Amino acid sequence: MKNLFKNMNKTTKSNLLTYALVIIVYIIVQIMLGTGSMSNLMKGLLVPLCVYVIAAISLNLVVGISGELSLGHAGFMCVGAYSSSFFSVLTKDALPELVRFPLAILIGAAVAAIFGILIGIPVLKLRGDYLAIVTLAFGEIIKNLMNVMYIGKDSKGLHFSATDTTALGLEEGGKVIVKGALGITGTPKNSNFTIGIILILIALFIILNLINSRSGRAIMAIRDNRIAAESVGLNITKYKLMAFTISAALAGVAGVLYAHNLSTLTVKKFDYNTSILILVFVVLGGIGNIRGSMIAAVLLTVLPEVLRGLSDYRMLIYAIVLIAMMLFNWAPAAINWRAKIKAKFKKNNAKEAE
Amino acid sequence: MAMLEVKNLSISFGGLRAVDGFNLKIEKGMLYGLIGPNGAGKTTVFNLLTGVYKPNEGKVMLDGKDITGKSIIDINKAGIARTFQNIRLFKELSVLDNVKAGLHNHNPYSTLTGILRLPKYYRVEKAMNEKAMEILKVFDLDGEADILASNLPYGKQRKLEIARAIATEPKLLLLDEPAAGMNPNETMELMDTIRFVREKFDATILLIEHDMKLVGGICEELTVLNFGQVLTQGKTDVVLNDPAVITAYLGE
Repeated sequence: MKNLFKNMNKTTKSNLLTYALVIIVYIIVQIMLGTGSMSNLMKGLLVPLCVYVIAAISLNLVVGISGELSLGHAGFMCVGAYSSSFFSVLTKDALPELVRFPLAILIGAAVAAIFGILIGIPVLKLRGDYLAIVTLAFGEIIKNLMNVMYIGKDSKGLHFSATDTTALGLEEGGKVIVKGALGITGTPKNSNFTIGIILILIALFIILNLINSRSGRAIMAIRDNRIAAESVGLNITKYKLMAFTISAALAGVAGVLYAHNLSTLTVKKFDYNTSILILVFVVLGGIGNIRGSMIAAVLLTVLPEVLRGLSDYRMLIYAIVLIAMMLFNWAPAAINWRAKIKAKFKKNNAKEAE
Repeated sequence: MAMLEVKNLSISFGGLRAVDGFNLKIEKGMLYGLIGPNGAGKTTVFNLLTGVYKPNEGKVMLDGKDITGKSIIDINKAGIARTFQNIRLFKELSVLDNVKAGLHNHNPYSTLTGILRLPKYYRVEKAMNEKAMEILKVFDLDGEADILASNLPYGKQRKLEIARAIATEPKLLLLDEPAAGMNPNETMELMDTIRFVREKFDATILLIEHDMKLVGGICEELTVLNFGQVLTQGKTDVVLNDPAVITAYLGE
């Protein structure tokens, strides 16, 4: 057994460690829940944590692996959240939960992926920072569009409007599903921590396996040197679009998880700040480092809640911790220091082995 | 039939005719040199042959097939691979993965196969690893397969670029100043490698080089380019002793 582990190559080991980490956290949380040693505040954070972790690792696929800057990740979450929530409310009575929720997840992922392709096709052919600007605009447009969208349903079918509820012209007994700035109410609460963890594991499986395959190698080769990649026959647009679309679909899944955790869904949460927050997870955890962005997402989501007791100083300390972590992770002096400690540790181990 | 036949190739940038009426014929299996003073248009010729630039006039035939004006990717698929004057490796990938990126088009499996880790994934990846290691061995890089390309010393980076180009199974290999920045020992070693590569992979090689020792040592025929035009063409020893060539390099 030990030999088996030794013979595995480095990436396989690292990937297994990532999966193990998620499962260990899940077990610890279950134990804490079982013994009742978790505050209500933390319990409320469990599903959002999963949402942010999925969002962070999927954004890392674009920023770290594909090397493109995307500032509209919350926009894809929003699209996934709204489309799935709409579906769930519409079929609440018609379908059992066991069928409805997986379908909702697939719909959220598919709709977000379609938006990813629509944005990616024109933009990814260009070089430079166009993607950052276009995704930024996309996030804002989606948010504002959803803010004025009204959709209702009666016996005649669906009605759309961009003004108000009365403009829908519903007959008596008709139901308004999407209520503009008030969002969607009555989404069934299907999300829970276990489902969140399962979705994280699926997202990890997709991303890590993609990275360590022929397509992932092509995506990273294009990131490292576009001209050389073309010269060995790699299709730039295809692989950039692939990374971007998969990332968008997984962001959509994060949105589905978020939407089915709350009874009321509004667009407020899917603004520019959220996109930047997710980008901070990615940068802090290490661009291209999937496990790192998971850890950063957890720490930075839990931290503000833990510091809640400090009221006014909360954001101040949050900022200081953010800067300290950034320095510890990425300052050259800190990197050298960590390498030294690691070498020392290894030497001690070697001595013990003798 | 010639492996590469170029007829009347021309391109202008603004008012400057960077390459003007360029003709070239390379037989299969030949080691051919393209030389000339700085700014003569040598790299521009490479860029025209590989599809980076589209020619204003002229025709490029590879192994009897017209590849004029095709995209970089299609030209690579047709059988031309190249290296670059300023090294362009996939720096954050391992040495092995650099070569495997070159093997990409000849060893296909779908993205879904890769994500779901179907049996085909393991089969093709294993074959790719073996092929890549075999190529790395030729360049004496098999010991460094797992380190990042950016951590290789300069001379080995140049070799890795050739290895990556070879991985695409080219009929014609274009080397842009392969010996640039190498010391005389490394250059000698490189000459052996280039000769060996030609035998082993059955390739035709066209190279740009300033190192006359290398050019005189391994090239069978030469074309001298000056101000975008062919100055002279022919057997290496004849060309290198041509007074017009010496004048172009050294002045009157």
